[in-house]
Amino acid sequence: MTPITAILVRDMRIAVRVGGGALMGVLFFLVVVTLIPFALGPDLALLKRIGPAILWLAALLASLLALDRLFAADHDDGSLDLLLMGRAPLEIVVAAKGLAHWLTTGLPLVIAAPLIGLFLNLDAPAAGALVLTLLVGTPALTFIGLIGAAIAVTLRRGGLLLAVLVLPLTVPVLIFGVAAANAAVVGPIPFGTPFTILCALTLASLVVGPFAAAAALRQEME
Amino acid sequence: MRLSATDLACRRGGRDVFAGVSFSVASGESLTIRGRNGAGKSSLLRMVVGLVRLAGGRLLLEGGDPELTIGEQAHYLGHLDALKPSLSVEENLRFWSAFLGATDVDFNEPLRAAGLDVLSDLPAAYLSAGQRRRLSIARLLAVKRPLWLLDEPTSALDAAAQMRLGEIMQSHLAGGGIILAATHGPLQLDGARELNLDSVSAPTAVMEASA
Repeated sequence: MTPITAILVRDMRIAVRVGGGALMGVLFFLVVVTLIPFALGPDLALLKRIGPAILWLAALLASLLALDRLFAADHDDGSLDLLLMGRAPLEIVVAAKGLAHWLTTGLPLVIAAPLIGLFLNLDAPAAGALVLTLLVGTPALTFIGLIGAAIAVTLRRGGLLLAVLVLPLTVPVLIFGVAAANAAVVGPIPFGTPFTILCALTLASLVVGPFAAAAALRQEME
Repeated sequence: MRLSATDLACRRGGRDVFAGVSFSVASGESLTIRGRNGAGKSSLLRMVVGLVRLAGGRLLLEGGDPELTIGEQAHYLGHLDALKPSLSVEENLRFWSAFLGATDVDFNEPLRAAGLDVLSDLPAAYLSAGQRRRLSIARLLAVKRPLWLLDEPTSALDAAAQMRLGEIMQSHLAGGGIILAATHGPLQLDGARELNLDSVSAPTAVMEASA
C-alpha cells in the first residue's frame, strides 16, 4: 500500500466507524430538506421552482459539517506532525484526505439527493440534472473547505471560523450549480453553459485547495 | 552516518529559547537532552525533524540519503502518540508503516516486542496510556529509520516497559542507529552523552556536548 492510499483507507475507515462523521452529513441534509416543506407549506409549484436551490444549500451546509475536524483531529493526536514530516508530498496527502472526506460525506449526499428531491416535488429529469450538478459540484465544496479546515486547525471552536471563511468562497459554486440544475428544468439557457463553468470551478478548486491548505498547515506548525 | 548541529538558535513566539547549541552524534551513539521546563528540549527535537524553523545555525546529516530531508530519515516520537481511537492496534500500526513507506512488514514482531500482540484487534481507544506509548514505540520497530528522536520516551511506561525500551534502544544503536532523547528521568542508555540546555539559555553561550 502506498502512503497515499494508506491515508485514503485510514480516513475512510475512521469516518464510517463509531464517532466518525460519514452519516452525520447525510442525516443533516435529510433533516434540513425535510423541514423546508413544513416551513413553506404544500405549494407544489413553489417547491418545484426552489427545490434545486434548497437541495444545493443543504448540501453546502452538510458538506461543511464534518470538515472542521479534518485536520484538527490529526493535530490534536499528534498525527499531523508525522504527516508533515513524511516523504509523501503534503499537497498530495491533503488531497487524499479531501478525497476520503468527499467519498464519505459528499458522495452519500449525491446518492440521497434524488430520493429526498421527492419531498420538493422534483420530477425525474430535474432530479437527474440535480444529481449531475451535485456530483460535479460537491468535490469543489470539499476542496475549498480544505483551505478553511487547514487555517482553523489550531483553533478551538474552529468550526465557526471555518464556516465564515469558507461559505463566501463557495458562492460561485452555488450560483452555477443551482443555475445548471434550474436550466435543465425551466430554461431558458441551455444546461451546458452553467454546467461547464461548474466543472471548471471544481477543477480549479481541486488544484488550488490542496496547495493552499498545505501552505496553511506548514505555516501553522511554526 | 553523523548528525551534526552547529550554533542552533530557537525562537518561539518572539522569545529566544536557546542559541549557540552545537552537538555531533555519530552512528551507534546517543545523546540525551536535558534541561528545565521550557528550556527548549522538545523544540530542539522538532527542529531536527523540520517541524520548527531554525532561527539560526545549521543541521547536517552526513552519510544519509542526500535526496531526503533529515525528518524523512528519522522517527519522531512526540508527546502525543499519533493513534486513532477508532482503529484497532494493528490497523494503527499498519497505517503508519504504510505511510512511512515500509512494505512487507511482519506486524507480529513489533507488536510482540511492544507486548501488544494479544491486543492487536482491540480499538486503540481502550488502551491505557502506557499501552498507547508502547504502540507508538512499535512504529519505530516496524519501519527502519536510522535516526530516532524521542521526546520523553519513558513517560507512562512501567518499570518493565522502561527496561524493554532500553533494550530496544540499545539494539538500535548496535545496528548503527542514532538516538536523540529529551528526558527528565533516567534512561536505560549506556554511554549516552548529555546535552544540558540550561547552560545555553543565555543567547551567547556556546557549549559542546560533553561525555
